[in-house]
Amino acid sequence: MGYSITQWLFGILSFLAIMFALMVVFTRNPINSVLYLVMTFFCIAGHYLLLNAQFLAVVHIVVYAGAIMVLFLFVIMLMNLNQDTEPQKTLMTKLIAGLIGGVFLAVLVGTLKGAEQLSFSQTGASQIGMVKNLGIVLFKDFLFPFEIASVLLLGALVGAIMLGKKEIK
Amino acid sequence: MINTIPIHYYIFLSAILFIIGAVGVMARRNAIIIFMCIELMLNAVNLLLAAFATLHNDSSGQIFVFFIMAVAAAEVAVGLAILSMIYRNIKSIDVDLLSRLKE
Repeated sequence: MGYSITQWLFGILSFLAIMFALMVVFTRNPINSVLYLVMTFFCIAGHYLLLNAQFLAVVHIVVYAGAIMVLFLFVIMLMNLNQDTEPQKTLMTKLIAGLIGGVFLAVLVGTLKGAEQLSFSQTGASQIGMVKNLGIVLFKDFLFPFEIASVLLLGALVGAIMLGKKEIK
Repeated sequence: MINTIPIHYYIFLSAILFIIGAVGVMARRNAIIIFMCIELMLNAVNLLLAAFATLHNDSSGQIFVFFIMAVAAAEVAVGLAILSMIYRNIKSIDVDLLSRLKE
């Protein structure tokens, strides 16, 4: 049974995304964690492209890799964090965290095992991810939430500046 | 037969990414890393929403992902401002040191 190129790409991207996500959690140096998280985000953007959600892929790279992770890097460099200042939990806590994660995964897999098997009928042919179609839906059906999101961003902007000021007079 | 990936592959991928994020939140003490793990969890959910949007051929799921990204950006801006304020006060961002509410 041969695999198509889409399935190969899905497998490779999934493997890379999971590996980089694990590295985010297990590296000691916070700067390396940020860089691995950027790589994870690129893999997820690749998944969006596989789903033919091109607008989401571009927005994902611009917002996450371009804006949010740069903000994280700035804060880490301003605080001058590195491997030596990195606080560590005890081994017991780490083991318990891993155990809880494993149990969570087992529960999810067990739940989904008997679920109905659905497959994409037309991946690659779907047109809903195009800028034109998304724009029509966004500005027709979701206009009010869109405006609320702009107010939310304005509020976050004002809040971040107020919190970041040295002294509030 | 080409271009078909079963939806449960996406569900398992998202579940694994979400659990890695959750384990990171539990196992790390650096508040910035905890923040990054929360971003990872948000992204796992985003990926699943986009996959189901494609499965049902409905753009609402992708619009939802768009809004989640906007909320995540706002959350990171405010959260990092709070973290830098904490750092200014106690010269550390170790979450285990922030336990004064217990006393």
